[in-house]
Amino acid sequence: MAERSFAREVEKLRLGAGEDFSGEGILAVTKALLQSGVGYVAGYQGAPISHLMDVLADAQDILGELGVRFEASASEATAAATLAASVHYPIRGAVTFKSTVGTNVASDALANLSSGGVLGGALVIVGEDYGEGSSIMQERIHAFAMKSQIWLLDPRPNLTSLVDIVEKGFELSEASNTPVMLEMRIRACHVHGHFTARDNVRPTMTTAEALASPRRDTNRIVLPPANFAHEREKIEARWPAAIDYIRRERLNEHFGPADGKIGIVLQGGMYNGVIRALQRLGLADAFGESQVPLYVLNVTYPLVDEEFLEFAAGKKAVLVCEEGQPNHIEQALGLMLHKAGSDTVLAGKDPFPVAGEYTGTVMLSAIRSFISGHAPALLTDRYRSPNDPSGAGFEKILADNVPVRPAGFCVGCPERPIFASMKLVEKELGTHHVAADIGCHLFSSLPPFNIGATTMGYGLGPASASAFNVKSDKRSISVMGDGGFWHNGLTSSIGNAVFNENDDVILIVDNYYSAATGGQDIPSSRADNRSRSTNHPIEQAVRGVGVDWVRTVDRTYDVTKMRDTLKEALTSPEPGPKVIVASSECMLNRQRRERPLVQKAIASGERQVKQKFGVDEDVCTGDHACIRLSGCPSLSVKRLDDPLRDDPVAAIDQSCVGCGNCGEVAEAAVLCPSFWRGDIVHNPTAMERRMARLRTRVIGWLQSRRASRRLAFAKAA
Amino acid sequence: MNAIDPSVSRADAGDLRVIKLAILAIGGQGGGVVTDWIVATAERNGWVAQSTSVPGVAQRTGATIYYVEMAESDGRQPVLALSPSQGDIDIVVAAELMEAGRAVQRGFVTPDRTTLITSSHRSFGVLEKTAPGDGIGDAEAVTGVLEIAAQRLLIADMEKMAQEAGSIISSSLFGALAGSGTLPFDRESFEETIRESGKGVTASLRAFASGYEAAKGATPAPATLHAPAATPLFDAGPAGPADLVDAYGRLLARIEGEFAPPVRSMLRSGLQKVVDYQDLAYGSEYLDRVADLARLDDPAGEHALSIAAAKYVANAMAYDDVIRVADLKTRQARFERVRNETRATDDQVLTITEYMHPRGEEVCGMLPARLGAAIEARPKLLAWLDRRVNKGRRVRTDTIRWFLTLYALGGMRRYRRALLRHRHETAHIEAWIEQVRAVSPRNHALAVEILKCRRLIKGYSDTHARGVSKYDQVLSAVPMLVDREDGADWLRRLREVALKDEDGVGLDGSLRMVAELDGTTQTAG
Repeated sequence: MAERSFAREVEKLRLGAGEDFSGEGILAVTKALLQSGVGYVAGYQGAPISHLMDVLADAQDILGELGVRFEASASEATAAATLAASVHYPIRGAVTFKSTVGTNVASDALANLSSGGVLGGALVIVGEDYGEGSSIMQERIHAFAMKSQIWLLDPRPNLTSLVDIVEKGFELSEASNTPVMLEMRIRACHVHGHFTARDNVRPTMTTAEALASPRRDTNRIVLPPANFAHEREKIEARWPAAIDYIRRERLNEHFGPADGKIGIVLQGGMYNGVIRALQRLGLADAFGESQVPLYVLNVTYPLVDEEFLEFAAGKKAVLVCEEGQPNHIEQALGLMLHKAGSDTVLAGKDPFPVAGEYTGTVMLSAIRSFISGHAPALLTDRYRSPNDPSGAGFEKILADNVPVRPAGFCVGCPERPIFASMKLVEKELGTHHVAADIGCHLFSSLPPFNIGATTMGYGLGPASASAFNVKSDKRSISVMGDGGFWHNGLTSSIGNAVFNENDDVILIVDNYYSAATGGQDIPSSRADNRSRSTNHPIEQAVRGVGVDWVRTVDRTYDVTKMRDTLKEALTSPEPGPKVIVASSECMLNRQRRERPLVQKAIASGERQVKQKFGVDEDVCTGDHACIRLSGCPSLSVKRLDDPLRDDPVAAIDQSCVGCGNCGEVAEAAVLCPSFWRGDIVHNPTAMERRMARLRTRVIGWLQSRRASRRLAFAKAA
Repeated sequence: MNAIDPSVSRADAGDLRVIKLAILAIGGQGGGVVTDWIVATAERNGWVAQSTSVPGVAQRTGATIYYVEMAESDGRQPVLALSPSQGDIDIVVAAELMEAGRAVQRGFVTPDRTTLITSSHRSFGVLEKTAPGDGIGDAEAVTGVLEIAAQRLLIADMEKMAQEAGSIISSSLFGALAGSGTLPFDRESFEETIRESGKGVTASLRAFASGYEAAKGATPAPATLHAPAATPLFDAGPAGPADLVDAYGRLLARIEGEFAPPVRSMLRSGLQKVVDYQDLAYGSEYLDRVADLARLDDPAGEHALSIAAAKYVANAMAYDDVIRVADLKTRQARFERVRNETRATDDQVLTITEYMHPRGEEVCGMLPARLGAAIEARPKLLAWLDRRVNKGRRVRTDTIRWFLTLYALGGMRRYRRALLRHRHETAHIEAWIEQVRAVSPRNHALAVEILKCRRLIKGYSDTHARGVSKYDQVLSAVPMLVDREDGADWLRRLREVALKDEDGVGLDGSLRMVAELDGTTQTAG
């Protein structure tokens, strides 16, 4: 597991009753699972829930003691299917993945699960990647919950509330025989806070015990006629049971005065933002004591009609604070008011914007506008009119000079030389249609490489080039990472290409980990993993599904070989898919693994060689062609103190890890002789020392000889 | 600015002061570390603190924001926000200059309340680096904005402080935050947090101290902020054999005697470059060429043509060839620089590998002019030669064998004038100067711009060939521009397009535009 230890986090999972837990929201949820007597946990990594997976993977001891089965699933679909263990057995189970992308993948299993229903509590923890910093399509999870009738929890984002809702979520699931989703927004996952721990609880039934006495019930299988019965059951039995539980346990909360002319209905996740806006309007204190009635939906699906209508009764206007679109909640509340014949005005996506994150600024202006319109007396003058900071006229200076910072490959990334090679091939053979996938390699679609036309889903890169499998002078190139390959790509992309006699080029980037999500192990990882089976070569799998033309480049930094292999694939007369497996270890993980070992070896007097690249600034002419084929953070530019020079020259900073890309590219692209590589030999042998001394003496003598016959300037121009 | 009723903007309902702090960093800079430290320090002092972040793909070299809120509570839990709001931030910590600019852009820095603590160093964005010319953003202009935008600006090169201390920037930033006095905690409790983190503590504390002192104002305001003023290169004067030093002195005297004062500084730089490149006679040739051109200068002007000539004639004469590269790579100063950059110590052995990729053309250029030209005239022979030599070669200049090879190549300097490459370059320079001479009487400003077009030629191999081709294309517009008053402007624009445009697509378009311009002038005339 990426050679990174989560030992400190694992210790927090051991906290007992009354002890103070301090840490991130997602870790609190992990602890809450153990406190709730969960019997098994599965999931697929991805921001922002990777942490849950990483920590549990390192917590095998605790899980073993409690009899909890943990599995790092092959995909979100696998994870969701795992919940089948709660169908016939009274075992609590939880799965986790990134939403909405993971939910997309998982939806087949989720729909089947929620049709038949569950006996043991089933919790789906979805990490919502919406708004700032997101790397996926901006969609809501809400529609998934509605279409399959899975209850949706959206708790207030403080650790105590998060932990409580996990326990309640299992109970709700069991009370209504329905799976439950817990929506964890990205900031809630990463929020630092505290809660008072409780003891971990052993599951009432472990999966091992279930295996020992198997059960089945045909009525729970999605087959006619049971499937028709399921639909009725959802409406007639499970829904009312859920409503009863939510009301009884008061999962939704009220804040502020009991009565008021106006009120705000909000998703639990919006609570802190709403309170901050009210604080800034002078309508709430620091502890959340609000002068405006608030109805907080910690359960956003199903909505409880009676609760809402009671809240709206007697109010002139109610504002719905619901992030994302479509505005499912607002629509449902509007219908409730309409059917009840209420004349309460419902506001929502106006004043709130229909699309986009509800940032502090959005929140403030929407709530101010709502209150000014419906209860202006609440606002004192100084809060009524916005104190809009007028532009000081420096916007243009900033816009012209503050650079965009697209995500890019890390220092020494083994994927950089792959795309540098592709650029070189492009120069020779022209541009090609390149289908990209999900993973670090997708950064190739950004500067400086600007390669890659579409991304259709994890493991779907080659699949997304299917329509181009036609007779043509040019082949399409599709790229897929090792993560995507094992997630779905082997069948949906490679198997499909074989079956359909695809003639195009498929490049699989194998960096030994699921690198973009934090360096988790996958079947082709090279590390020995205590609890997983690794070292299954991609090439073998590819050949296994019928690909004949496979080339493995086992050192991606060999730009010349990489370029030639790509050229061969693009021009080979052989029919069928041409698959290149480009393998080198993710540098981030490699450094994390090797650096301490190297330091230790050096300290113990062992001979070790470290490499670093540099640029001769007087040889470099400042064309930056090398940077256009690299984008490495350590390869930068600097201005020389020389009036004859117009342009900054290339420079390599101390973050260089000596991966070799600069030299390889300069060589393969015939750029310039400015690059040098320094090999620093730590603890050299006596022989090496003698040799070096001799060389230094001879070279030094030659250098002084020449220097003595020419003018030496204080600083060479 | 302090006079504004603070409760208006702070709006914490008066009952509890919440301090709001945003940290802007670049992925990989350790923004998360500072955030954790700040939270730990607040909690150590009995405060309630909450931090959040959205570390998505931006962790990979993108711009990241971390957000902290803290309050001194009586045990009750205040409701703190999870994201920063415009106009509502007390302290912004930026780990790079332009990220401070971004904080202003996003409305997080306001003059009524925000203390902005930023490192003055630059970490260039990828588009700043890939530009074929100079794409670097204007740090001074942005710093000017920061001064206006923030209530208080604390700016220093925190990256340098961290490096000097052998630590990373999070430590010096944390020190600067402590030193700024914006948080009501004493220095000791900040330092205790670092100690408790347990990793690289001594180095971190050193960097912390530098940051702390800088913020306290104990060290003078950073002069490194602005690009260092160009120190004249001739100041120290050359050292070496007395006869050479004397002869060089005579050339310097020529500069004083023959040229107007505003031109002299550039000439001294140029002279040094060409003498270092070849020899004193070459320096004399250089001064002759510039002197010739200077005679064309507009006496009413500001010696624009002479200055451009002094600069670009030197660059043209010191063209980049194999001899030059070999000479530079075998110098003592260069060996020292490499040693410094690798930070190799005396008890470590350092080897140096050079990445060379010679082509047939370079070998031909190294031959005596007639022989080289004879080969060049026979494409098949040249192709055969190219096949023999054209491949990547890695040579170890720390070994005697390869050092000697490059040393000998560098020594061919004295035969340079007889070689084919020199003949090509000289012809090119002469044609260029001739064009300037021809255009100057008709359109002086255009002649200056022609000189400046030399900037397009740079690099080696393919890059050099592309540069020459761009230069030819741009100058092909001169006949169309020579009688236009705005001709110089157009040529400058063409040059700028050519510089930015690697594939020549934009340049083609601009050239067509100039051609059409020419057409309309003719019909109008």
